[in-house]
Amino acid sequence: MTRVIKRIVQSIFIIFIVSIVCFGLTKLAPGDPVLTYIQPNMSENYINQIRESLGLNKPIYIQYFIWLKGILAGNFGHSLINNRLVLTQVIERLPATMLLMGTSLVISTIIAIPLGLLSAEYKNKFLDKIIGFLSYVGISIPTFWLAIVLIYMFSVNLRILPSIGMHSVGDNTFLDLLKHMILPCTVIIFSNVAVYIRYIRSSAITELTSDYVMVQTAYGASRFVILFQHVLKNVMLPIITILGMSLQNLVSGAIITETIFGWPGMGQLAINSVMTFDYPLIMAITMFTALLIIIGNLAADLLYSVVDPRIKIL
Amino acid sequence: MKELFLKKLPLAFKGNKMALGAVIVIILLVLASVFAFLYPVNPNKINVMQRLSTPSLSHPFGTDDMGRDYLARSLYGGRVSLLVGFLAMILSTIIGIAVGTVSGYFGGIIDTVLMRIVDVLMSLPTFLIMVVMSAYLKSGVESVIIIIGLLTWMSIARIVRAETISAKEREFVIYSKVSGERPWKIMLVHIIPIIMPTIIVSATINIASAILMESSLSFFGMGVKPPNASWGSMLNNAQGYITEAPYLAIIPGLLIFLTVISFNFSGDVLRGVFEPNTKTD
Repeated sequence: MTRVIKRIVQSIFIIFIVSIVCFGLTKLAPGDPVLTYIQPNMSENYINQIRESLGLNKPIYIQYFIWLKGILAGNFGHSLINNRLVLTQVIERLPATMLLMGTSLVISTIIAIPLGLLSAEYKNKFLDKIIGFLSYVGISIPTFWLAIVLIYMFSVNLRILPSIGMHSVGDNTFLDLLKHMILPCTVIIFSNVAVYIRYIRSSAITELTSDYVMVQTAYGASRFVILFQHVLKNVMLPIITILGMSLQNLVSGAIITETIFGWPGMGQLAINSVMTFDYPLIMAITMFTALLIIIGNLAADLLYSVVDPRIKIL
Repeated sequence: MKELFLKKLPLAFKGNKMALGAVIVIILLVLASVFAFLYPVNPNKINVMQRLSTPSLSHPFGTDDMGRDYLARSLYGGRVSLLVGFLAMILSTIIGIAVGTVSGYFGGIIDTVLMRIVDVLMSLPTFLIMVVMSAYLKSGVESVIIIIGLLTWMSIARIVRAETISAKEREFVIYSKVSGERPWKIMLVHIIPIIMPTIIVSATINIASAILMESSLSFFGMGVKPPNASWGSMLNNAQGYITEAPYLAIIPGLLIFLTVISFNFSGDVLRGVFEPNTKTD
């Protein structure tokens, strides 16, 4: 139990340091934050008053603690652009991203596991070479290029799939949503599957040389059962690592994919906030994503011992 | 040791035609970028009369929306993309080696502190931070190189640290330590040559991801600014003309893809040469 607590304390420590980095990053930004609040003919006095009210006159570590206190209370401040609460904006965009990324994640895993296992089983045979080549393509292809090519093929040429947004105007049906999801999900799934397959394949190859595979074969178990029952259980470890790493994607979304497809999610919000120098929003999204990365790693770490009793963490 | 690697290298490439192809592609691209000036067309010469013409004899890759020859732009753009990728990799590798060897060699509190720093940096959303930082710094090739270099050294550091920890137990390293060699000399002269194969593999993969990141950043309008081109910014420009002139988007993307996949492939082949004990080949 102590190891779990140690790990959690470590993670909290990292979260604090990350928060300092996030805060510092936005404070280092060029430009005076007061500029968004003032007009050219205001008196020097008035400008200083505004500066004071925003707390910008205080030393930087005080500003940090004020910000931190706000964060812990759930107050991420107001957007500099439209003055709405940052938290509201983030929560608004979250479902769209989670829908896209969640679906892609699930489908990626479902596709990658059999492909990875089969790749290991038929190592260096034709199937493996094809799957291997496709995985190279998947990790090397620029996502924005794949997106553009798919848009060109299916939206411009064949005109069967929409290329922008989440819904067609005035059409709120589920089928329409699905149609809008197909292209962006394909882009994300292709890249993800490529990465997953490599891990699963190498792990499965190592497993297939183990003793228990030999024993099971001697007992007469079919290759299928060995692969998808016994080997799969042992390959869960890298899969959990990957899923833990992918947790942050559920939120930060695929920034590139969302922007190209005009998908109204967190990724698009992130890019827009950077383009418009909307610092409170940038800070919030960065913190949020970093938090999820840390939690994802922690969860993966802790899940190891559940999946593999040989690893003693709990 | 070195002779063994040098002997294994050509064998690995001979048997594997795709690996050979990958290396040829890389060499061709590097040569094309370096000798881009030999191609007599000016990549920035605007000729609005000939805008958006499809590939033909006079313009092998066609022209873009301002009538500039696309082949010339691709060559010079390739130079930028490859340069950024290479230099970013160098920066990343130097930081990674420095942090990794110091961390692995000295251990103790230095190791703990450095690895915590690595943990913190790896917990940041890389692409997002890159976008944020490129919005701050003045745009241009130097900024992109520094940003990518500063955010991708962590995985190299971890690998180098693991290798250093095992390398420092070798006999001649222990002998050097005992005979009073200064730590810096030991690290430079003994440890780094031992871990060099791993570094080379990581560096190859690092170039591939650096090129991808540079093109992604340029695609968003950060990084290389017009009239200079990089493959990513060419793609950004091409988005608006996807219906009229799809080749504007297809060509730079294809070039990025070929470059990256060649580097990734070479990196994996090199890994197979340098680490024969991994059973996955």
